[in-house]
Amino acid sequence: MSEFLPPSVQAYLPDIIQLFYLLATGVFIVGIRRLGSPATARSGNQLAALGMFIGVIVTLFDQHIISFQFIIIGIVVGSAIGVFAAKKVEMTAMPEMVAIFNGFGGGASALVAWGEFARQTPEMFGTQDLITIGLSILIGSITFTGSFVAFGKLKGFISGNPVTFPGQNIFNLLLTLGALVLIGWFTVEPTSQLAFWLIFGLALLLGILTVMPIGGADMPVVISLLNSYSGIAASMAGFVINNNLLIISGALVGAAGLILTNVMCNAMNRSLSSVLFGAFGGGDSSTDSGGPAADTDKTVRETTPNDVALQCAYADKVIITPGYGLAVAQAQHVLKEVADKLEKRGVEVKYGIHPVAGRMPGHMNVLLAEADVPYDQLYDMEQINPEFKSTDVVLIIGANDVVNPAAKTQSDSPIYGMPILNVDEAKRTIIFKRSLSPGFAGIDNALFYEETNQMFFGDAKDTLQKLSQALSEV
Amino acid sequence: MSGLIFNLFIFVLASFVGFELITKVPPTLHTPLMSGANAISGITIIGAVVVAGQVDSAIAQWIGLAAIIFATINVVGGFMVTDRMLEMFKKKNKPQKEDTNE
Repeated sequence: MSEFLPPSVQAYLPDIIQLFYLLATGVFIVGIRRLGSPATARSGNQLAALGMFIGVIVTLFDQHIISFQFIIIGIVVGSAIGVFAAKKVEMTAMPEMVAIFNGFGGGASALVAWGEFARQTPEMFGTQDLITIGLSILIGSITFTGSFVAFGKLKGFISGNPVTFPGQNIFNLLLTLGALVLIGWFTVEPTSQLAFWLIFGLALLLGILTVMPIGGADMPVVISLLNSYSGIAASMAGFVINNNLLIISGALVGAAGLILTNVMCNAMNRSLSSVLFGAFGGGDSSTDSGGPAADTDKTVRETTPNDVALQCAYADKVIITPGYGLAVAQAQHVLKEVADKLEKRGVEVKYGIHPVAGRMPGHMNVLLAEADVPYDQLYDMEQINPEFKSTDVVLIIGANDVVNPAAKTQSDSPIYGMPILNVDEAKRTIIFKRSLSPGFAGIDNALFYEETNQMFFGDAKDTLQKLSQALSEV
Repeated sequence: MSGLIFNLFIFVLASFVGFELITKVPPTLHTPLMSGANAISGITIIGAVVVAGQVDSAIAQWIGLAAIIFATINVVGGFMVTDRMLEMFKKKNKPQKEDTNE
């Protein structure tokens, strides 16, 4: 498109493009900063989109870009798919959506490196170019297949349980080393088709094999980590085509993903390595927990909709702690209805949200926001924990491991040491749950058998609807 | 200074900026932040445009086309879905006009 510009401008075009890239970089940084606060987040996201738009438009003026048909077709097709997916996805399915978008981003970065390599004869590349091409393909491909496996696990196409085989960690380690060795070989002998394709194949396989052994409960960590990878992959693609905008934006995303990964790990009191290599969260881990799930000497107290309605209606303060069960049942709107009815009666209602409730960081906040719950009614774990003592009723909707007091008391429990919501300090807890079955971590919940606890069995949406009805009749 | 090393400087410094930017984000925003950051990682679309727009190699053009489609899904879908999420975040003390029983 550069031919539309006057010759005087054309002479300076490469510099002008770079200056616009600098502008886009600044816009990204401000955008990400604004994403950090609820009041400015929406404008932050829109700014980031603007930065992207600037970046793409000025790139079209690059003198090396001559043919536009592929670009137009690609953008039209990609936009159509992206718009369709973004409009159609349910808020409950947000973790899957992010995982799959992430996969496409990583895949695109690998393809950029491949395309750049295919553009010229191998002899024209220097060692440095070849190293970055190899790394870009490696990280991009791992992100691609890894994200799709994560998507499958979240969707339930692939078992949420860790899929393991003996010696898996060593095998994966060897594969990673093998991939690096192959990049070395590729650097020395870029004409070797075999080395190139082996890197590609191995990377795709690694993505699958590294995510397969990770249990469903650890998915928030994996999604954060893959998000970080996709940023690094974009950065690597920037190394390949020597583009600072890609390098910087990719690095920003890579850092953001790493921080979120770290936050998630802290919230679960786990180290990143134990998430990646520990194969935690499967059914078999229940054998070494506090005892079999159906201990006969323990009793649970079942309750009825009317009883719950009475207790809540005459309470001063009710805290709601949601978990993944709320998302599965799509019960966020009914929950809001229940909370509204309680507030009308003068009951103080707050939401206590554990950092790893749901299947991705902040998942519950998005769901509740969808149901019009104002965000200043949502409290983080640290904020809400001192309040349970003065709370009359805690409604635990589809949450399990994050309220399990075993994390504080049973030193042999796999979740021992994980910070939890101290719901057991409240005068009454009511668990809305389908059955007594253990959660994703595969651990029996000591809270079920507490004297102050009652169970309200059923699907979160059904039980909340019954409660809402009963509340109207109180 | 060779190109690779220079780029490495930029990469490392930008990573530090990223760490500084993100450290203090409230958990409420973790999902939108991740999804927004994810959309930004679609910046690789620029690389895809460069590869698809050149005329040196037809194969590279086709690879570039696939890259553009992938990256555009990431960018357009990512920003839109983030906007959809953030649109829903409301503060309580603002007057709400809509009926609550919707």
